Amino acid sequence: MKIVVLIKQVPDTYGERVLSPDTGWVDRAASDRVIDEINERALEVALTYKDSAKNTEIVLVTMGPAEAKDALRKGLSMGADSAVHILDDSLEGSDALATATTLAASLKREGFDLIVTGNESTDGRGGVVPAMVAELLGVPSLSFVSSVVITDDRVSGVRSDDTQTLQVHAPLPALISITEGSPDARFPSFKGIMTAKRKPLSVLSFAELGAEHPSARSRVVSNTERPARAAGRTITDDGSAGSQLVDYLVAERLI
Amino acid sequence: MTDIVVFVETSVSGELRPSAAELLTAAARLGSPVAVVVTTAPLDASTAADLGALGAATVFNAVSRLLTTSLTGVQTAALAKAVEQFSPAAVILSNTLDGRDIAGRLSARLGAAVLLDAVDLRLDAGTIVATHSVFGGAYLTESSVDSGLAVVTVRQASIEGSAPAAAGQLTSVEIESQPLTSGVIDSIDDIVVASNRPELRGAKTVVSGGRGLGSAEKFVLVEQLADALGGAVGASRAAVDAGYIPQSHQVGQTGITVSPQLYFALGISGAIQHRAGMQTAKTIVAINKDEDAPIFEIADFGVVGDVFSVVPQLIDALNSRKP
Ligand SMILES: Cc1cc2nc3c(=O)[nH]c(=O)nc-3n(C[C@H](O)[C@H](O)[C@H](O)COP(=O)(O)OP(=O)(O)OC[C@H]3O[C@@H](n4cnc5c(N)ncnc54)[C@H](O)[C@@H]3O)c2cc1C
Ligand SMILES: Nc1ncnc2c1ncn2[C@@H]1O[C@H](COP(=O)(O)O)[C@@H](O)[C@H]1O
Repeated sequence: MKIVVLIKQVPDTYGERVLSPDTGWVDRAASDRVIDEINERALEVALTYKDSAKNTEIVLVTMGPAEAKDALRKGLSMGADSAVHILDDSLEGSDALATATTLAASLKREGFDLIVTGNESTDGRGGVVPAMVAELLGVPSLSFVSSVVITDDRVSGVRSDDTQTLQVHAPLPALISITEGSPDARFPSFKGIMTAKRKPLSVLSFAELGAEHPSARSRVVSNTERPARAAGRTITDDGSAGSQLVDYLVAERLI
Repeated sequence: MTDIVVFVETSVSGELRPSAAELLTAAARLGSPVAVVVTTAPLDASTAADLGALGAATVFNAVSRLLTTSLTGVQTAALAKAVEQFSPAAVILSNTLDGRDIAGRLSARLGAAVLLDAVDLRLDAGTIVATHSVFGGAYLTESSVDSGLAVVTVRQASIEGSAPAAAGQLTSVEIESQPLTSGVIDSIDDIVVASNRPELRGAKTVVSGGRGLGSAEKFVLVEQLADALGGAVGASRAAVDAGYIPQSHQVGQTGITVSPQLYFALGISGAIQHRAGMQTAKTIVAINKDEDAPIFEIADFGVVGDVFSVVPQLIDALNSRKP
């Protein structure tokens, strides 16, 4: 079985994240860059399957700037077998459809039985790239699933929100996007870190994919930073905090 | 006037989800709303009339037996048909799991660009402009599509007001073939919400609890305060991970974004990812026994104290005010 995991490098959510004032794009240089936590969980889903089915090949694919290579190296050190980096200046500022078009072209070239992605990235929070990729490839997709079970010829999972819980499955080849309900990822082992450096990591330009940029695109037209919030009053409880709080809520007309 | 297609979500039994009103309100600002409803049996006249009252000029009912076995496939096919028939300027969906899945499928199928998680929509000299709240409300951005159809998802509980009532003219199509690219639904459980608390999204008051509550049993304190204030119950990811409360209550980066009049953080440290989901609240109250907890940096009223002594005092004081 060949599993491709789609990995995105994002600004670390633990730090301050910045939008560039002129383009409205994420200013990647302003923050530490990490592999998105949800993509580590996606990789964990693939690695867990590989633990029980040794002849599984796990390939990582990312589209991103030069530094995104670090995210791939981390994934390799966690146990993936090889990685593909789509790196091209013409891809800067890609919207969801352009990103999905590029990823789908590379997946067609790479071949796959199963594609595993995160449900939504922490920077864009779009959550539509997986469905787009599946549609462009003409394969079924299970989006926003957890409790994933993979067998030789199918994948299943649970898809749940505050209105419904669905039990879903798809025959392979297919794509799944997993939620935070999936288990935390393992840490790279020392051996993993040592062997990661020798694992194949290929870099592809957009032209090498033989795809075309979509003609429709979305564009950020304005961008305003909101003033940061300031701290108010803090009291230490001496047994009367409850009634002081009620006084405050009354004064502010909140109750 | 240009048509604007709206995807109306329903429960398994065919009841309209609350998002229908919001989406029709947004659509009416941009053009003439066409409500697309996908059902297993033909829509009854009263539901079409309800949609008309909410602003739908046309109700386009796609009927398919496959709805309950094909994961978002029928809905995508229905919207593609509606786009063919009405040549709308936009397709508007709710930013739910289904909404995003269908938006992605439709965009890729039609080669149309997307505008995602809009908190507002307006028409600017004939161009549809979406407003987005980025990085937990730290930025407001506006976006539009260069040309052609815009596929738009709208954040739940973000559009205010209502649309003028319209005709709700009902037309129907049937969708028969099994969409090849769909996942298969084996079973559906509608979640019946037993409580009479307000929905977390859009609630005026939200009371959230964190790891500081210590256990699922003791998390009841959060619910008691929520009930005393008539508010909704939220939680930090740590509280969800510890099993105190289901994930659908998670507030933050990877949970729900709330923007209530009043937000209570009980036993929550105020990690940046939690703040990303609540820092646009009008008033923030925090109770935490660690005076250095980062939540105090953004709280309008902070109490350094133990939730198990402060919150019962507070509930007593609130209850004694009631007649
Ligand atoms: C990619 C990513 C996404 C994330 N998304 C989210 C998200 O959506 N939502 C979210 O909340 N977090 C999210 N997190 C996790 C976040 O970083 C924190 O781990 C989490 O918010 C901590 O929850 P907490 O404040 O309940 O727990 P803690 O940080 O452990 O804080 C518990 C607090 O309770 C206080 N306390 C303990 N006992 C008492 C008592 N008796 N009385 C009063 N106070 C007490 C302590 O002083 C402490 O400040 C995310 C993290 C990552 C990496
Ligand atoms: N540039 C990218 N490179 C690789 N995978 C991506 C990229 N953008 C999105 N994805 C995948 O799609 C998922 C959802 O992203 P999004 O739709 O952007 O919220 C991510 O968790 C990734 O698995």
